[in-house]
Amino acid sequence: MDRYVNTLDSEWYKQRIVGASICALVAFVALFVRLIYLQVVLGEEYQRLSVNNSIRLQIVDPPRGLILDRNGMKLAENRPSFDVSFTPKDAGDTGRVLGDLSVHLEIPSDDLLGRVKNSKGLAAFKPVLLKQDIGRDVLAVVEARKVDLPGVQVNVRLRRNYLYGTSASHVIGYLGEINTEELKGGGFPSLRGGDYIGRFGVERTYEAFLRGEPGGRQVEVNANGQVMRVLSTVAARPGQNVFLTIDRELQQKTEELLEGVVGAAVAVDPQNGHVLSLASSPSFNQNSFVSGIAADSWESLLANPFRPMENKAIQGEYPPGSTFKIITAIAGLEEKVIDETTTFDCAGSLPFGGRDFRCWKKEGHGRVDIRRALTESCDVFFYRVGQRLGVDRLAWYAKACGLGARTGIALDQEARGLIPSSVWKKKRFGVPWQEGETLSVAIGQGYDLTTPLQMALVAASVGNGGTRYRPLILDRVETMEGEVVYQNLTQVAGKIPASPRTLSIVQQGLWSAVNGERGTASRARLKDIEVAGKTGTSQVIGRKESGEDYLPPHLRPHAWFVCYAPAGSPRVAVAVLIENGEHGSSAAGPIAREMVKTYLRKTPAGERGSKDAVQVLAGNG
Amino acid sequence: MFDRRLIHYFDWGLLGLAIVLGSIGLASVYSAVTADPPPAPLKVLFYKQIVWFCIGLLVMVAAFSFNYRLLERWAHPVYIGCVLMLLGVIVFGKLAGGSRRWLILGPLHFQPSEMIKIAVVLVLAKYYSKDASARGFTLKELARPMLLAILPVGLIVMQPDLGTAGLVTLIAVTITLFVKVERRSLLTLLAGCMAVVPVVWFMLKDYQKRRILTFLNPDHDPLGSGYHIIQSKIAIGSGMITGKGYLQGTQNGLSFLPEEHTDFIFSILAEEWGLVGSALLLFLFIVLILWGVSIAHRCRDPFGTILAIGLTSLFFWQVIINIGMTMGLMPVVGVPLPFISYGGSSTITVAICVGLLMNVSMRRFMLE
Repeated sequence: MDRYVNTLDSEWYKQRIVGASICALVAFVALFVRLIYLQVVLGEEYQRLSVNNSIRLQIVDPPRGLILDRNGMKLAENRPSFDVSFTPKDAGDTGRVLGDLSVHLEIPSDDLLGRVKNSKGLAAFKPVLLKQDIGRDVLAVVEARKVDLPGVQVNVRLRRNYLYGTSASHVIGYLGEINTEELKGGGFPSLRGGDYIGRFGVERTYEAFLRGEPGGRQVEVNANGQVMRVLSTVAARPGQNVFLTIDRELQQKTEELLEGVVGAAVAVDPQNGHVLSLASSPSFNQNSFVSGIAADSWESLLANPFRPMENKAIQGEYPPGSTFKIITAIAGLEEKVIDETTTFDCAGSLPFGGRDFRCWKKEGHGRVDIRRALTESCDVFFYRVGQRLGVDRLAWYAKACGLGARTGIALDQEARGLIPSSVWKKKRFGVPWQEGETLSVAIGQGYDLTTPLQMALVAASVGNGGTRYRPLILDRVETMEGEVVYQNLTQVAGKIPASPRTLSIVQQGLWSAVNGERGTASRARLKDIEVAGKTGTSQVIGRKESGEDYLPPHLRPHAWFVCYAPAGSPRVAVAVLIENGEHGSSAAGPIAREMVKTYLRKTPAGERGSKDAVQVLAGNG
Repeated sequence: MFDRRLIHYFDWGLLGLAIVLGSIGLASVYSAVTADPPPAPLKVLFYKQIVWFCIGLLVMVAAFSFNYRLLERWAHPVYIGCVLMLLGVIVFGKLAGGSRRWLILGPLHFQPSEMIKIAVVLVLAKYYSKDASARGFTLKELARPMLLAILPVGLIVMQPDLGTAGLVTLIAVTITLFVKVERRSLLTLLAGCMAVVPVVWFMLKDYQKRRILTFLNPDHDPLGSGYHIIQSKIAIGSGMITGKGYLQGTQNGLSFLPEEHTDFIFSILAEEWGLVGSALLLFLFIVLILWGVSIAHRCRDPFGTILAIGLTSLFFWQVIINIGMTMGLMPVVGVPLPFISYGGSSTITVAICVGLLMNVSMRRFMLE
């Protein structure tokens, strides 16, 4: 008689059904009793509270995290500012109050009314921001007239302050007021109108770390909106401090060097991909964005022909010119179309397809091998290597070295650059690849496009023995109290497809380009530091079209310089690009040299090197 | 072969109840989403809910049109499928509001944690119907069903979705208590639970701890959950006896209520319809629960009985937890109110449950 469930008459089974029903009834009675308690016993009280909506939530903004350089030098901090806002529901006569207020704020009362009307989407009890960052004089007046200005509130808010206005602006970025769509989108649940979010640069990329969590107070207000009592408070959780990989001193030095020219310069640590400085010239002042940028200043920034808002180091795409010969050399050696003894005769030009492909040196280099070709930047040598490789093999090596693709730096709007291939041309233009175009591409002209950051990373990988690192801009994140909550780890993006032998040949070429007797990059030479580098001059218009000597400034070629130092075990790799700077060696070389000097003199070997290096030094002592 | 008795025994009462509740739900969702100042951006949710309602009806028909006893055979595959989907959510799920609950398959977004509720009911019904006896299950016999319940609960906690995890636990416990646990085993289990509580507390995420603390003391988090509870209580209380009238709720209109169309929809209904309306809704729900229990009672097949009890307990707990939450009796957890809350996954789950209950009800003659 053990099986009971299917015996309907079992007394015991009925008990369980009845028991379940009673449990359910009891629970529902409990809900019903609670309902009566809330709606009948406390009904009047809740009715009163709901009529005024008198329980309100006041948000306490969290201080935004600081932005610091790798050594803990402050780049961005916060300062207090006073904002005037207005709650229509508490004002009574909105027109009169805004009329009075317009005199103090020196804003036409129509504008103020417009602002209040525009925010009708928000509930009437929510304050509308009228003017941010009023001066202390205005503050004193408004506070003194408080009684005559019902509904008007002055709130202290923290505002961003960039310690070095125009410095590293493209890296640090700026904030902007959150817009209505973003508020409705639900991506920022803790934000409200008038709040600022990162719009560009690190401020945007690391918004989640920097923002923090707002706290708030629950208050009961009277019919005029005055706080009667504070029911409870929760403190805000401050934003976290973001430590960049940037070295502020080198960054400033880089910017000084770029002053007055249009271009970009990047320095990275070849051993881990840390971006040490990244500058784009001309720059803009981030502090003009702090309280919302005025429309005309914004337009003038956009209209500036030298594009100050563009981060040329990662957004600017330029033909790499002769710096690309590093890639052609690697591809030629690896594909064994040449070896280190192969020589070509340079007579100043190479006739091909009914046209003369000229070398930059009209009188020619004579017989050159790969090392001399890199040292003296012989175009004819690389035309011949390109011819033997064909465009597609060359493109494969360029892409394997990280060109033609985003480097993955944590900044917005990074450009890909372009590495052409026969398939690409067919798709893009519908016509087959011309072999003559291979010659141009082999010396970094034609369709080739790269960003300065990409070229700095190529130099870094050649210098460090072939490892490609993903460039990092963030070193670590700490709480206010200094606890590390996030440590960015070195990320290997790949290997340059080159044997140690190939790399050492290229390294020798780059070394003698700077230090050799006939090197084209001798302007980057330093007395006590061995620099290895490559110049580049990239045509804005074809050489043939350019005709003779004089070119207007905007058609002059761009100047490139890439290098790493010290040559044996590099600790810094640099790329400099000067728009219309004409010659890589004279316009870009000295800038790169000064950057190398600044960084290496400041941080002597061993200071940031591996622990082993430090121990060896101690042992010697 | 179609059996005419299926029509004779068809549960028109349950169908009527489901349609009435669903219509109240549609009306409430309409009120919740149109109360925002124009242009009401959420209005589209109302039309979506109508679509879900219609899909729900079709799903319900599908759920009663086959013999439920087939499910005894299908219980394990369904269960395994749901557990795999839960794993999928943890690995590939879409992150929303700090947890991974959604699985995206092309245009479909759904929450496997909804489906697992039904799957757990199925496997437990299958297991218990084999050996149910007046003696009750011993600890050893309970090991397997406990494991079957704990696995998905663990996965849901990892999402993390504390509300659903608790719900599945409650449903499993209800079914187990219904089929009876031997007295000594029951005492041992109770003692075991007491010992485990501190360990679980230690494993909870901060925001989950905060929610529980808020439940015990709403002042603990006056900005988040505590604020919601206070605003919800103001909304319900201010409805008083007759309510403010349909679409006249003010707490809702000023966006004071969070998640007004999902978790806090009862607050809106209570504010607009007062004690009269909310008591009527409670009445409809208790009728539904008792109806489900009576289906279990009339069924002669152990599997059908336990299945009906499990499905009914699913409704019971969701109603108690959701309404209790809006009135400050339960923690603020994301458990929707069946039939009433906005939401596709929830509507489909409810439809399946109703359909299966009808299924058990209309095939009771088969064992006579």
